[in-house]
Amino acid sequence: MEPGDHLFRREAGRMVATLTRVFGVHNLALAEDVVQDAFCRALEVWKFRGVPDNPSAWLLATAKNRAFDVLRRQRTARTFAPELGRLLDSEWTFVPAVEELFTANAIKDDLLRMMFSCCQPRLAEEAQVALILNILCGFSVNEIASAFVSSHAAIEKRITRAKKLLAASKRLFDVAAPAEFAARLPAVHRALYLLFNEGYHGASAETTVRAELCHEAMRLASLLLEHPLGATPATYALSALMCLNAARLPARVNAAGDLTSLFDQDRSLWDGKLATEGIRLLELAATGTELSEYHIEAAIASVHARAARADETDWAAIISLYDTLMSVQPSPVVALNRAIAVAQHEGPERGLDAIGAIENRDRLASYPFYPAALGELELRGGRYNTARKHFGAALALARSPMEQRFLEQRVGACERGDPPQPAILEPATHLKREMRT
Amino acid sequence: MSEFTFLFRGSDPTAQSPEEMQKSMQKWLAWFKELGEKGHIKYPGHPLERTGKVVRGKQKSVHDGPFAEAKDIVNGFTLIEARDLAQAAEISKGCPIFDVGGSVEVRPIRVLDM
Repeated sequence: MEPGDHLFRREAGRMVATLTRVFGVHNLALAEDVVQDAFCRALEVWKFRGVPDNPSAWLLATAKNRAFDVLRRQRTARTFAPELGRLLDSEWTFVPAVEELFTANAIKDDLLRMMFSCCQPRLAEEAQVALILNILCGFSVNEIASAFVSSHAAIEKRITRAKKLLAASKRLFDVAAPAEFAARLPAVHRALYLLFNEGYHGASAETTVRAELCHEAMRLASLLLEHPLGATPATYALSALMCLNAARLPARVNAAGDLTSLFDQDRSLWDGKLATEGIRLLELAATGTELSEYHIEAAIASVHARAARADETDWAAIISLYDTLMSVQPSPVVALNRAIAVAQHEGPERGLDAIGAIENRDRLASYPFYPAALGELELRGGRYNTARKHFGAALALARSPMEQRFLEQRVGACERGDPPQPAILEPATHLKREMRT
Repeated sequence: MSEFTFLFRGSDPTAQSPEEMQKSMQKWLAWFKELGEKGHIKYPGHPLERTGKVVRGKQKSVHDGPFAEAKDIVNGFTLIEARDLAQAAEISKGCPIFDVGGSVEVRPIRVLDM
């Protein structure tokens, strides 16, 4: 087991999902206890005896044996999974039934079942994301709170409430019903997209934490791709988008821990393998008639990925893609991104005009990238005082020490009257809803 | 070289996240590896279940137990080789159990004078 390998975390999701299938969703807490118990046993035994050759199988077998114990002791007193029904009535039937649920393919389906169950419409999106991180990715309340830069109490409340709601549902989501699967899929896409963005644009100052969130979102998206009903063009597009953006992660923060704008990034640090995989997935997404926002965003990311240097970027293509995105999913943030591309292509004055034309600009009021973009374009136009004011406003809205340092540098550039350099941060394409506290 | 047992008392807290538990285990593995490489491990030993039976008295009555406080329960042992008691105690200081409020009891194995 390598130090960077999150074996326990990954196995936690598989085990909870499978045990919840065995015990029933109303016994989610029992499933979590059994998993905790399996980890305790692993900790105790492995530290004396070393890690077994197949640690995943060891953990799973331990969880399964504990499940048998629980079923034997409590099957008369407690109701378990309604799906198992009469199979639980005797040892003859429940042993093979549970063995069947612990096979590799069944576990894959269990993960999907849990993922879809977490994305139920009665839960707010941020609760869905927190629940997925907790149950499927094995993140503790503390770890989620630190990743979201939120308080422990707020996250704990959100997760407890969400689990109560989940446990109160009669059964887990049925991933074998095509119509229901298709109806729930967009919500699952959205939750994974938000999870990825939390890692990519989020407020946590720790790059490792943020990269982990991105990788978790990518891992869950690849599970969708492995399911015949999940491998839709939109899923391919979402996976492509994640790969193409994640390819840039190594260059987003420089050695000093400062955010680096898309224009200043050392592109040799970009992960070429991930970028190639992203482009391959984007090609696979180009089937059928569905054009999702993920298709367009992935296409934009692929234009950046194809430019070896920032000044080789095909801005005309990017503007046209943002035009399409505006027609699919109009929002002031998308319009802001488009305006930045216009500024790159046609100069800062045209960029400012485009920002001035954004409808519902007031919705960008608390978004630091909005005044930062204005500041940058004013700076490029040589109007240092106006630029400084905008950067000052952005600084007041900064959500993390990294953003703060970046904007302080820009304020400094205005005060010194530095010759303008393109340094626009890469804004998120969607405004993240502020996490409720 | 003399032989010693390390008796590990106090278990790892259970309210840990999977990530923390994995890190904790990796610390133990690293410590054991280091001891092994320096030739201090005579026998890696075993973890012990938390509960069992305690048999007591002339009546040999059998009780569930031990009902000690969690921090006092022995949950594993290892046989160590060291120069002397002082060195064995020094070696024990690397044990990750101290991070979670546990203790290591270092006991020399009595040598039989023939």
